[in-house]
Amino acid sequence: MRILTYREAIIEALKEEMERDPSIFIMGEDIGEHWQGSVKEFEGLWPKFGSERIRETPISETAFVGCAIGAAMTGMRPIANVMFASFLGVPMDEIFSQLTKMRYMFGGKTRMPVTIMCLSGGGMNAAAQHSVCLEGMLMSIPGLKMVSPSTPYDAKGLLKSAIRDDNPVIFFQNLFLTVTGFKGEVPENEYTIPLGEAVIRNEGNDATVVAIGNMVHAALSAAEKLKEENINLEVIDPRCMAPLDEKTIIESVKKTGKLVILDEEPKTGSAASEIAAIIAEQAIEYLDAPVKRVCAPNTPVPFSPPLEKYWLPNESKLIGAIHSII
Amino acid sequence: MKLTKEQLLEMFKKMVLIRQFETRVKKSFADGDIPGFIHLSVGQEAIAVGCITNLRNDDYIVCHHRGHGHLITKGGNINFMMAELYGKKTGYCKGKGGSMHLADMDINMLGAHGIVGATVTISTGAGLSAKLRKSGQVTLCFFGDGASNTGRFHEGINLAAIWDLPVVFIIENNFYAEATSIFYSTRLKKLSDRAIAYGIPGETIASNDVLEIYEKVGKAIDRARKGKGPSLIEIQTYRHFGHEEGDMETYKKKSDIEVWMKKDPIDILKKYLIKQKFLTEKEAEKIGQEAIRKVEEAVKFAKESPYPAPEETLEDVYA
Repeated sequence: MRILTYREAIIEALKEEMERDPSIFIMGEDIGEHWQGSVKEFEGLWPKFGSERIRETPISETAFVGCAIGAAMTGMRPIANVMFASFLGVPMDEIFSQLTKMRYMFGGKTRMPVTIMCLSGGGMNAAAQHSVCLEGMLMSIPGLKMVSPSTPYDAKGLLKSAIRDDNPVIFFQNLFLTVTGFKGEVPENEYTIPLGEAVIRNEGNDATVVAIGNMVHAALSAAEKLKEENINLEVIDPRCMAPLDEKTIIESVKKTGKLVILDEEPKTGSAASEIAAIIAEQAIEYLDAPVKRVCAPNTPVPFSPPLEKYWLPNESKLIGAIHSII
Repeated sequence: MKLTKEQLLEMFKKMVLIRQFETRVKKSFADGDIPGFIHLSVGQEAIAVGCITNLRNDDYIVCHHRGHGHLITKGGNINFMMAELYGKKTGYCKGKGGSMHLADMDINMLGAHGIVGATVTISTGAGLSAKLRKSGQVTLCFFGDGASNTGRFHEGINLAAIWDLPVVFIIENNFYAEATSIFYSTRLKKLSDRAIAYGIPGETIASNDVLEIYEKVGKAIDRARKGKGPSLIEIQTYRHFGHEEGDMETYKKKSDIEVWMKKDPIDILKKYLIKQKFLTEKEAEKIGQEAIRKVEEAVKFAKESPYPAPEETLEDVYA
């Protein structure tokens, strides 16, 4: 099958969707003529679609996320590029109080087909204000959907579904996978992936590992290493934290009796915490060991390479957690 | 465009209807029939009617939390409005929004918003949408003097300016953001001076005269519709009641109240219509009675409507 990078797969999804639907346009900073995205994540779109649809904005996240809301209510299908997940704090009121609440407040009488794209996650020494993952914090907002793709195939299929969805969706484009040119198989034919379906990346009976975003790859390499010890991990990639495919996780935990969650967020209030709570509530009787959350410490993301390496969850921390319960 | 007698009388009827609607809401709230928070627009009717009367049916409005009058002027159904205020299933938002979130997508009223200043950025989106679709629609964006101090006022108007969006931004300056005087919260004497910062026209209308508002805002709407971009218009007015029902209004000056009560927007238009011989005192009285009748009908509709079933709480989160 054809091999694309994570970044290329995302650009291809945008190109195909914009060709298919003239109501789609992208707003954001430096996405057009000169940079075509701060890490070239929109390369080739401006030459094809021009400044009307690849619409560069001033540094005004509050304005252009609000603008996306008004445009979505009036027949358009906007994509707002907030550049880094860390920057979601700037237009958070638009996300928290308007984008995700208006349909409900208005008794279901509007739809909100807005996709917010942003680069998410650490590993690039980008320090505290360009490295965060925010899935856990945003999971507490009803009305929002979120995708955190870990492969080129998923990135393309999930982005297409996100754009076509009539609800607000945040698309967390993993920074590390984008910048390092992570590659994978992407078929040439048209496909989409439904939002809210997890995928089992590795089957196993000894412990369930739920890994989010780039952490999926750490989980898969840990699974490979633990095979030598005859420990078989079941690695689940939820792909979307909202809607979350609880069923796949619960079924797996019922089979393995153990759950470890690998999540690149400070532990408190993380997506890992929510998954742990779901299992405590719905499947505790199947557990034969404590749930382990392999998360980052409750500090901002540090800059210096040895510090960030210490901060990030990784394969060896996961293996340590597995050893503590098996 | 010169207004005909019929149009002028229609504007008068709308202002009277808003006044009676708000007055009745005040009573229902005091009686304990309406829950939550209520922000009344009594005294500010000229702005809703003067601005919105200029619009085409398919034009958009985006409104702040004091928005009953705007929805009425745009053609909203007062039965559905009152039912929503009462929290009933037959209300505009099926009881999920209340007074602060009235919306009617069928008449392009894109909602009332309870977050101060939110209307500014949302309006830019409706404007951009109209521009991209080449629909010729204009968006009227309403917000208060308080919102003009928020960051999104700056970001939103700047965005509308650089893209020449067909949006007219209306500052309803009633001089108080909740209890805080605008003279405390800015050094400016005229809030429309802020337009200079965005390179767009700015104008202050220091009047409760609906005809002056109609004419001046109409010019800005025409300009926007011709693709010449947004304008910022400050309209000075006065709310006769508090920020919300229950507000003791200790911050208001007695001398200001006396001045503004003499500038009641309905009195101003009534005097003009009588002078023009378009209206008699008796006819005005009849218009008032008719408005009261319609509002009482709305109250009856609201009272007799059922509450939503509790489990409807779980509906309408996602499309």
